[in-house]
Amino acid sequence: MIKIEHLDKWFDDRQILFDINTEFKPGVANLVIGASGSGKSVLIKCMVGLLEPDNGKILYGDQDFISLEYHHKQNLRREIGMLFQNNALFDSLTVEENIDFPLRMFSKMSPEERKERVNFCLEKVQLTNANKKYPAEISGGMKKRVGIARAIALEIKYLFCDEPNSGLDPLTSRVIDKLLVDITKEFNITTIINSHDMKTVLDIGEHIIFIYKGQKWWEGGKNEITEARKSNKELNEFFLASF
Amino acid sequence: MNLISEIGRFVIFMKFVLHRPEKARVFWKITFREMYLIGIDSLLIVILIATFTGAVTTIQTANQLLSPSDLYPTQLMPKFVIGAVVGTSSLLELAPTVTCLVLAGKIGANIASEIGNMKVSEQIDAYEVMGINSASFVALPKIVAGLIMIPCLIIIANFLLLYGGVLACSATTSLTADNLIEGARLVFKPLYLKVMLTKSFIFAFLITSLSAFQGYYTTGGALEVGIAGTKAVTKICIFILFFDLIIAQLFLKS
Repeated sequence: MIKIEHLDKWFDDRQILFDINTEFKPGVANLVIGASGSGKSVLIKCMVGLLEPDNGKILYGDQDFISLEYHHKQNLRREIGMLFQNNALFDSLTVEENIDFPLRMFSKMSPEERKERVNFCLEKVQLTNANKKYPAEISGGMKKRVGIARAIALEIKYLFCDEPNSGLDPLTSRVIDKLLVDITKEFNITTIINSHDMKTVLDIGEHIIFIYKGQKWWEGGKNEITEARKSNKELNEFFLASF
Repeated sequence: MNLISEIGRFVIFMKFVLHRPEKARVFWKITFREMYLIGIDSLLIVILIATFTGAVTTIQTANQLLSPSDLYPTQLMPKFVIGAVVGTSSLLELAPTVTCLVLAGKIGANIASEIGNMKVSEQIDAYEVMGINSASFVALPKIVAGLIMIPCLIIIANFLLLYGGVLACSATTSLTADNLIEGARLVFKPLYLKVMLTKSFIFAFLITSLSAFQGYYTTGGALEVGIAGTKAVTKICIFILFFDLIIAQLFLKS
């Protein structure tokens, strides 16, 4: 479980996040939604340590990520997987080498065990016949799958996805959404998905946080969003603009 | 003020770079690949530049010292002096400085744009999220490879500069290869070798670390990656010339 307490983030004299408080539970598709520039990517980057918040706590279990020493922080990060908006696959490595990379760096597995694990991850994301290809040779949807496979290669506890559907056609987007939910449930991972795709929200959003101008504006589930729109003008505008 | 903050950022960057590698086997595998890219891939350009520069330096020095002049009787000028001038300037300046200025353009731009591209495509962030010290992972193998290979290239360049001179001698009647080699040997001092090696290690560090630093802090897109490459080469050239002067002052001040 991840708990955020009183999180603030400033860029110079501009405040981006205002007193964010929330909790993300394991085995649930947690969605952070909001318009571009609302601060949702900054929130995720703060949570994985790519940005340093100015105030507040980010608790992974009972460990405050922000106050951890560098070495402990690096150890905790090995329990984190992340799917980047632009996939961030290593372009000099093949698909299987990309997935093998975290295993080679951090596991004590033999080459045979690693190969087995790579194939298992590829199977999980339903990607076959692409092992020897380079990222430049595969489609956007395949790249997302490789990104997910690499993220789950180590037995992670936390999965962060920054706009997993960006640049994908609606059909592939739904497949990736389903894949993320399946993996979250199967491995009981705390998954946080950053999205502005309303279709995704209505399909998989079990726990949704709506960020508006850097503030947590609304929190609830996909079944409550229709009701919430009636009383929440900003959420309603965002919802309507998404279609 | 900007320069001070830039130096501060470079020091912090180096603090992260000079860390024990996460996995020695992976580190050496990458380092050997970098040694190939920095060393073997630069060999052709070093061979061409050193040989031609050696030949041109010999011809020009011979022309200046042996052409009829009103200032001194050129027929009394011993021919080995040309070898002495070419040999000494090869060791002290042409091999380390000129070679490194060329390598700054080739290796420096390459490292800066490679790391810059990794930065803008979030690959550096991916390393960080995995718990890998990204600065050390991407920069240290390049620095180590540079420190091993660039001095080797400079030693090769030094021999080729003399070889270029010998080739030029065979095309002229006023100077023989023996005159050139004799002159180079007569004035050789171990101190010159020390200066050359000192320069080569310092310049190798400057080329690899400054370009990695410039690439690592790239933000934006493809345009900024190109700018990072250009900035890296400019900074490396300035620092090479600056340290060239300092080393000369320290070792050769008479």
